[in-house]
Amino acid sequence: MDVVVFTKFVPDPQGTPTLGPDHLLVRGADGALDPGDEYGLELALQLVEAEGGHVTAVSMGPEEALAGLQRALAMGADDGVLITDASLRGADALGTARVLAAALAGRTWDLAIAGVESTDGYTGTVPATIAELVDAAGISAVRRLERAEAGIRVERQVEAGFDVLECPLPAVITVTAGANEPRYPSLKGIMQAKQKPLERLGIEDLGLSADDVAPTQAVVEVTDAPSTAGGEVIVAGDDAVARIADLLAEAKVI
Amino acid sequence: MSAIWVYAPVISEGPHAAALELLTKARTLGDQVAAVALGPGASAAAEELGSHGASTVYAGDDAVYVEHPGRPAADALATLVDRHHPALILFPTTYDARDVAGRLQARTGSTLMSNATDLPARDRARTEIFGGAKVVDVELGGPEPRLVLVRPHSFPAEPAGGSAEVVPIDVDLADDRRGARIVERHEEAAAGPKLEEAPVVIAGGRGLGGPEAFGILDDLASAIGGAAVGASRAAVDAGWVPYSFQIGQTGKTVKPEVYLAVGISGALQHVVGMKGARRIVAINKDAEAPILKMADLGVVGDLFQIVPQLAEEIRRRRSAG
Ligand SMILES: Cc1cc2nc3c(=O)[nH]c(=O)nc-3n(C[C@H](O)[C@H](O)[C@H](O)COP(=O)(O)OP(=O)(O)OC[C@H]3O[C@@H](n4cnc5c(N)ncnc54)[C@H](O)[C@@H]3O)c2cc1C
Ligand SMILES: Nc1ncnc2c1ncn2[C@@H]1O[C@H](COP(=O)(O)O)[C@@H](O)[C@H]1O
Repeated sequence: MDVVVFTKFVPDPQGTPTLGPDHLLVRGADGALDPGDEYGLELALQLVEAEGGHVTAVSMGPEEALAGLQRALAMGADDGVLITDASLRGADALGTARVLAAALAGRTWDLAIAGVESTDGYTGTVPATIAELVDAAGISAVRRLERAEAGIRVERQVEAGFDVLECPLPAVITVTAGANEPRYPSLKGIMQAKQKPLERLGIEDLGLSADDVAPTQAVVEVTDAPSTAGGEVIVAGDDAVARIADLLAEAKVI
Repeated sequence: MSAIWVYAPVISEGPHAAALELLTKARTLGDQVAAVALGPGASAAAEELGSHGASTVYAGDDAVYVEHPGRPAADALATLVDRHHPALILFPTTYDARDVAGRLQARTGSTLMSNATDLPARDRARTEIFGGAKVVDVELGGPEPRLVLVRPHSFPAEPAGGSAEVVPIDVDLADDRRGARIVERHEEAAAGPKLEEAPVVIAGGRGLGGPEAFGILDDLASAIGGAAVGASRAAVDAGWVPYSFQIGQTGKTVKPEVYLAVGISGALQHVVGMKGARRIVAINKDAEAPILKMADLGVVGDLFQIVPQLAEEIRRRRSAG
């Protein structure tokens, strides 16, 4: 089974995010492979380890995003594709989906895997748009997957619990956090990653033009939210419990 | 002016509650408001959708919309859009609606904005970032219809007393384009009141250390009475409680009278789901935890001591009358 995993390079997930003067998120070199994409990558690796095939990690981003692909390769992906292009700066969900869909369209694949939502953009819509652009089936919020006659059989997290679905291939799925425990790259994996194929593409290589990826929405204003008057912080002791109970009584809930 | 539409998934209880919120907002943005109701019971839902502001309800009662998530609904919407050319379509934020909106975007080539918390105008959406610290206004360009996914509880749902004309949808979707099919449903129902409706929400985080400790939150909830128990994503990902407990960006949005955060640090993605609470109480052993700074009452201390004592204190006050 040939699996494509979409992995995004995001600003340091542990850091404090900031906006630049252009209202875009500041993306420094201290970014990382989106931790939310590692669950899908782990799922892909396990699938291919079990039945053979190929895992390709695909990322759209600046030059620095290579570091994210290196990590994906070190975890075990067979090859990587970086789509980087000056025209992609500030790309919105539609532009991103067009680029990633075009990257899929040019290869053979059975399953494409994305995160449920990216840590920095969290639109959560890019994978479904990709699926429709390539005219494929899809399932979001997958937490378990197995092969089935129909293609795949998955558990999908839903508000009330979980659903079991069957889906033909090719399909584009998103994998939830908590689906598995993503592996750490081993030293051997890190060494091997350096030898693995890494392809770099611009949007013209994908048959797209700058118009196709021009943003259709623009930030016009950013303001600080009115600061909520901070409350009181007390240290647990004699009256902390009574104070909480007082507050509950004041709120008329006890 | 062309119409504003609201996507209204229909579930067994009727139209999705957030669709009624969106209709309430939509009618302030223009006088032509329609709902697209999909799922068995869609025609019957038209009355409620109409009373909340839809003058037209495009209704698809076919079970295909609930058996096959995403694709058939997007297909129906795309066909309707081709016929009627709305200016704007509002979607409630659910996994299914995100998939529908995402797929529709591929068909219409129009802009799609997620996580909106307000719509200051027909071509403008507002969102909050960095856990609500900054408010961002986005201008929606490109071809119509603009698509906006709105976070639940962004607006109150208020009936206006109108009624809707029902237009049945006759979209025929080929079998091989229906996509994934649901073959089993498993409910992980929680006891007690619903998280979104409870006047008191007690949420547990990684600080609880394991599933057993949720027992002390349950006990506190029963001491209070009418309280629901929720969780941070860390507790859900660890498998301590089901996803239906999750509060935050990828979980539920709650606005109770009192929110009690227990062993939760207050990450940005958690905060967006609970900052609308009227009063926030936090119990955390780390004096630097961000949740303490946003709480009306923050208590620095060990939850394993404080929570049982609190339950006892409430019971004592009760019996003292
Ligand atoms: C795209 C994306 C979406 C996300 N969506 C969500 C979401 O919907 N909801 C959500 O909650 N998170 C979400 N997160 C995760 C979020 O970033 C945090 O990782 C998560 O909220 C942390 O959970 P926590 O506060 O329980 O754990 P931690 O951050 O580990 O905090 C545990 C706290 O418990 C305290 N503690 C430990 N022991 C005790 C004790 N004995 N007594 C008192 N206090 C104690 C500690 O001091 C600490 O502050 C999302 C992340 C991403 C990237
Ligand atoms: N620039 C990108 N490069 C690679 N994958 C991406 C990119 N943007 C989004 N994705 C994928 O789509 C998922 C959802 O992203 P989003 O719609 O931005 O929340 C992510 O978890 C990734 O798997």
